[in-house]
Amino acid sequence: MGDRFEYRNVRVDGDSAPIIEGFSARIPADGLTAMVGPSGAGKTTLLRLLNRLDDPDAGEVLLDGRDVRSYDVLELRRRVQYVGQVPVTFPGTVAVNVGPEVGPLLDRVGLPAPLADRDADRLSVGEAQRMCLARALARHPECLLLDEPTSALDTASKAGVEALVRTLADEGLTVVMVTHDPRQASELADRILPVGGP
Amino acid sequence: MNDLSGRISWADVGLALLLVAVAVLISRVRRTGLEGDIAVATFRSFAQLLAVGFVLDFVFGGSSALTPLVLLAMVATATLTSGARGKRVPGAYWIAATSVSAAAGGTLGVLLLLGIVPAAPRAAIPLGSMIISNAMTTASLVMGRLRDDLAAHRGEVEAHLSLGETATEASASWHRTAVRNGMLPIVDQTKVVGLVALPGAMTGMLLAGASPSSAIKLQMVVMYMLLGGNAFAALVAGQLTVGRLFTADHQLIRSLRRVAG
Repeated sequence: MGDRFEYRNVRVDGDSAPIIEGFSARIPADGLTAMVGPSGAGKTTLLRLLNRLDDPDAGEVLLDGRDVRSYDVLELRRRVQYVGQVPVTFPGTVAVNVGPEVGPLLDRVGLPAPLADRDADRLSVGEAQRMCLARALARHPECLLLDEPTSALDTASKAGVEALVRTLADEGLTVVMVTHDPRQASELADRILPVGGP
Repeated sequence: MNDLSGRISWADVGLALLLVAVAVLISRVRRTGLEGDIAVATFRSFAQLLAVGFVLDFVFGGSSALTPLVLLAMVATATLTSGARGKRVPGAYWIAATSVSAAAGGTLGVLLLLGIVPAAPRAAIPLGSMIISNAMTTASLVMGRLRDDLAAHRGEVEAHLSLGETATEASASWHRTAVRNGMLPIVDQTKVVGLVALPGAMTGMLLAGASPSSAIKLQMVVMYMLLGGNAFAALVAGQLTVGRLFTADHQLIRSLRRVAG
């Protein structure tokens, strides 16, 4: 399989100095790629370029060989789903959050079916993060961007979410995960993309 | 007649200044440090009202063609005030100008078209000034609230965007809150009108010797006009502010997202 994403000589400016400068890398379509680096290295910024929550100040970002800016942005974001560090629940039940396919999706992310009727803001952090994954999967994406998906979780739910992410990658989704944890990267990822640092 | 119109002399105004002296004295005794501000405020109000009185005498006395100019000057001042207040929103001056003009134009237009008030400077200028000053406050409130809310809830807004929602959809709940927040003061005022305080227009008519029954009718028109005007201003300010806080590609503008890492 070819490259899903490619960064070409990307620069993103911060308030005073560039956050990212001259960054080039390829992310294959298959498996799980972990972006690893110290905090402040610009991992999150790089991830946000992939679904265009942000755009580079110089260089380009390609999806399937085309500049991400050449796609309709709403369609791009549907195809490339993003789940952040802290789970964001919307008002209403889990079913309202996830949508009509809530049953099979809860099953897929390992949440019990009765949870569908619970208010989303009454979930534990671990449950909420799984629900966010279900909500992203409801859009039938081709890629999943995960920004430190386990950093807000306790040890038990962390292992569960890690296993889930691994399964999703095995099922054919392109998964790009940002982590500051080398242990997590080496255990989970098919390849590691170092960002910044030595 | 015991109405006050035409009865107040400059000597009376001078005597009323005694009350300002009382304010200064209290400020001095209580060490509030406001004496300077009181002096400035007194002088400014004196100069501003003197100038306005002059202009209005001129306009009312036959130069009614100048009415749009007077209203335009008021809109310009309101724009500068509200625009400066909302300056963390890009294009705040433009947003303020549009919302205040829409409120003034829309509301005055309806009143004139329906023949509720005559197309005379004596009606258009004071009514216009009330709409404009209220719309100014509303525009500032809506711009400030929307900007602060979207900045504070950046993660939630971007979670919506990430699912493929448009900027309009992603900001809908904060947009609603901001518009509501901009309209609430006038709604509350309308609810308690006459119970907590006699409002300005009515007070003015009573002091000028009008009967209470005609004063209340004018006050009703004024309240309904302000409700309509503020709703206009809130609607336009909200819509334009959302437009300025997102890019055309449904991204929050950079100043609202500071990302570390």
